Amino acid sequence: MSKTSEAMQQPVDFARFPDERGHFGRYGGQFVPETLMAPLRELQDAYARYRDDPEFVAEFQSDCRDFVGRPSPLYRAERWTRKLGGARIYLKREDLNHTGAHKINNTIGQALLAKRMGKTRVIAETGAGQHGVASATVAARLGLECVVYMGAEDIQRQSPNVFRMRLLGAKVVPVNSGSRTLKDALNEAMRDWVANVDDTFYIIGTVAGPHPYPMMVRDFQSIIGRETRQQMLDVEGRLPDALVACVGGGSNAIGLFHPFLADADVALYGVEAGGYGIASGQHAAPLCAGRPGVLHGNRTYLMENDDGQIIGTHSVSAGLDYPGVGPEHSWLKDIQRAVYTSVTDDEALRAFHELTRTEGIIPALETAHGLAYAGKLAVELGPGKTIVVNLSGRGDKDIQTVAEREGIEL
Amino acid sequence: MSRLAERFRQLRGRGRTALIPFITAGDPHPDLTVRLMHGLVAAGADVVELGVPFSDPIGDGPVIQQACERALRHNVSLRDVLTMVQRFREDDPDTPVVLMGYMNPVELMGYAEFATRARDSGVDGVLTVDMPPEEMGELAASLAAAALDSVFLVSPTTTEERMQAICAKAGGFIYYVSLKGVTGAANLDVDAVGARVARLHGMTGLPVGVGFGISDAATAARMAAVADAVVVGSALVRRIEANQEDLDAAQEAVTALVAEMRQAMDADAPASVE
Ligand SMILES: Cc1ncc(COP(=O)(O)O)c(C=O)c1O
Repeated sequence: MSKTSEAMQQPVDFARFPDERGHFGRYGGQFVPETLMAPLRELQDAYARYRDDPEFVAEFQSDCRDFVGRPSPLYRAERWTRKLGGARIYLKREDLNHTGAHKINNTIGQALLAKRMGKTRVIAETGAGQHGVASATVAARLGLECVVYMGAEDIQRQSPNVFRMRLLGAKVVPVNSGSRTLKDALNEAMRDWVANVDDTFYIIGTVAGPHPYPMMVRDFQSIIGRETRQQMLDVEGRLPDALVACVGGGSNAIGLFHPFLADADVALYGVEAGGYGIASGQHAAPLCAGRPGVLHGNRTYLMENDDGQIIGTHSVSAGLDYPGVGPEHSWLKDIQRAVYTSVTDDEALRAFHELTRTEGIIPALETAHGLAYAGKLAVELGPGKTIVVNLSGRGDKDIQTVAEREGIEL
Repeated sequence: MSRLAERFRQLRGRGRTALIPFITAGDPHPDLTVRLMHGLVAAGADVVELGVPFSDPIGDGPVIQQACERALRHNVSLRDVLTMVQRFREDDPDTPVVLMGYMNPVELMGYAEFATRARDSGVDGVLTVDMPPEEMGELAASLAAAALDSVFLVSPTTTEERMQAICAKAGGFIYYVSLKGVTGAANLDVDAVGARVARLHGMTGLPVGVGFGISDAATAARMAAVADAVVVGSALVRRIEANQEDLDAAQEAVTALVAEMRQAMDADAPASVE
C-alpha cells in the first residue's frame, strides 16, 4: 500500500481523465472504422448533455433503487475473516442486484441514454451472459428490440443465461469466428453497429471500447464505489485499507476504485484471470503479462503474439476470458496507482467453495478470482486492517461449469 | 510524384477509371500472393490493394474475416506482407500497392520502422481501417517522412466538417465507403454514392475511389461512371475461398472476374476525353 502511494510523484487530478478525446495518458482514444466516428460523436454529445442533467440523474437513481435494489449492502464476512485470521473483509454485494451482477448498473444508464437518443434497437456483446441478461432486461422494460452477440463457446458454458436472455425477448446470435468467445462477440457487435448506426445503440458491457464508453461505463458503475465509501464511513468510521476486484474488461473494478482514486492510502488491487498460470501462457491477464496495443477501439494492454495478432485466452470464467482491458486500468497500472495481479483457475475455484461454505454466498467464478486474492491479502495485511471485495456477481450461472470440472453430474 | 499520383494522372489522361482489386496477403496460401498480384495487373488492375491479415478485423464482413483466418493459419505477418510486396516489385516497378490493415501490427513494429520498411519494400500507400485522422498524428508524420501516401476512408456517415479534415490529410486517393456496413455487404445505392463523390470532388483534387459491396461487373461499371476508382474486395475473396484447395484455380477464378469488370468498366466509359 505504501509502495503504491510513494511511487506517485505528485498528485494526479483524476477527475481530469480522460481528456476530451478519451485518453488516459497514452491509453484509450477512438480507434474505429470511419463509419463509427459519427455515431460515437453523437453518443459523446448525448452523454455530455445528459450526464449531469438533473432529470436524467434522478431517473438513473430511482431505477437503481426501485428496479435494481440499490444501494447494495456492504456485508461483513465475519466467519471468513475469522477463519483467515487477518484483515477484516467486507463484501460489496453486487450479487444481490436484480439480474445478479454489477452489469445492470451500466445497462440501466446506457438504456436511458438510448431512449433519449431515440434509438429503437439495442445490441450488446456478452461473455458470461451477465451483461447480455442485463441488456435484455432493460430492453424488455423499455420496449426496445435487443440483439446479443455471444461466442459459440460461451453459449455452451453459460447456457442458463442464454435461456434467460431468450425469455426476456432478446435474440442471441452465436459468434463462430476467431476464438468464439467474448472478444469475437465484441467484433461482431461492432460490425452490427457499423451496419445499423441509424437506429441502433450499442450497449458495451465493460469499460473497454472506443471513447466515450470507458468513461461512460465507469461513471455508471461508480455508484458501487460511492456507496462503498459512505458505507465504510458509516460502519468503520474510516476508509478501507484496500479494495479488491476481479478484472475482465474492468468495469466492476473501476466502479469500485474510481471514487477512491484520490485517496492515496486506499490500496487498489485488480485481479486478472491467471488460467493455468501466467507461465503457461494460457490465461487472460493482459495487465500482468501483456503489452500495449490497439484493440476494439482503444489503446490498452493486450495479449498478442510477436506479429501483433491477438492471441487466444483461457479462463475458467467466461466473463474474464478477454485479451484486452479497459484503458483506464492500463493507465492506473503505469502510474502505479493500482496493482494488478492474477490468480489461477484452481485458486479461484477454491475461493468459490470457501466463500460458499463459510458465508453461504455462492459467488460468480469471475468474482471468485477477486476473493482468492483477497484471502491472501487479508493474511498479509493482518488484523486491524480492512478490505472491501467487490462481490460482482452471484454464481448460479456457474454451477454447471463447477460440476463438470469436478466430475459431478447434475 | 508518388507512384499513386502518377498512375492516376495517366488514367485521367486516358479517361479510364482505375480498377483496384483487394486481396488478403497470404490467402489462401502465401505462395500464391505475389503471383496473384501480377495476375491482377495482367487482368486490368491499375492499383493493387493488399490486405494485411489481422485476427480481429472489425471493419470487415465474414468473407474477409475468413480470408484473414486462412492467412493467419500460415502465420502471415506484417513483415511477410512487406516481403511479398518487395518480391512483386522485382517484376513490376510501376503498379502502385496500397496496404490495408489494422493498427495493432503496426503499433507493435513501431511507426517509424514500419514506414521505412514499407517504403523500402515498394509500398505506396497505407490505409489503417481503425486509425481515424484524429489519432493519426505520429503515424502520419512517419508515413510522410517515408513519402508514403495516407489513404483514408470516408463513409456515408462522415460529416462535411470531417470530410474537409480528411481531405486535408489524405494522399493518393480518397476511399469512399459506398455503404453503411462492413466489407462484403449488399445494399448499394449508386445515386447516393454519386452525390457524395461529387461533394468530395468539390473539396479535393485527389481522385475518389469507391468500394464496399461492389460484387459484379455490372455494378463495377455503374460505379465507374461516378468515381475515379472502383475497389473490389469481397467478390474476389469469395472466389479464393471457393478454390482454396487449388491455387491455380483460385488464380484463374479471381483474374477472370477482374478481367470481366475491366471490360464492363471500359465498355461503359465515354470515349477517351482530351
Ligand atoms: C459477475 C461478473 N464479474 C465480473 C465480470 C467481469 O467484467 P468486468 O471486469 O467488466 O467487471 C463479469 C463479466 O461478465 C461478471 O459477470
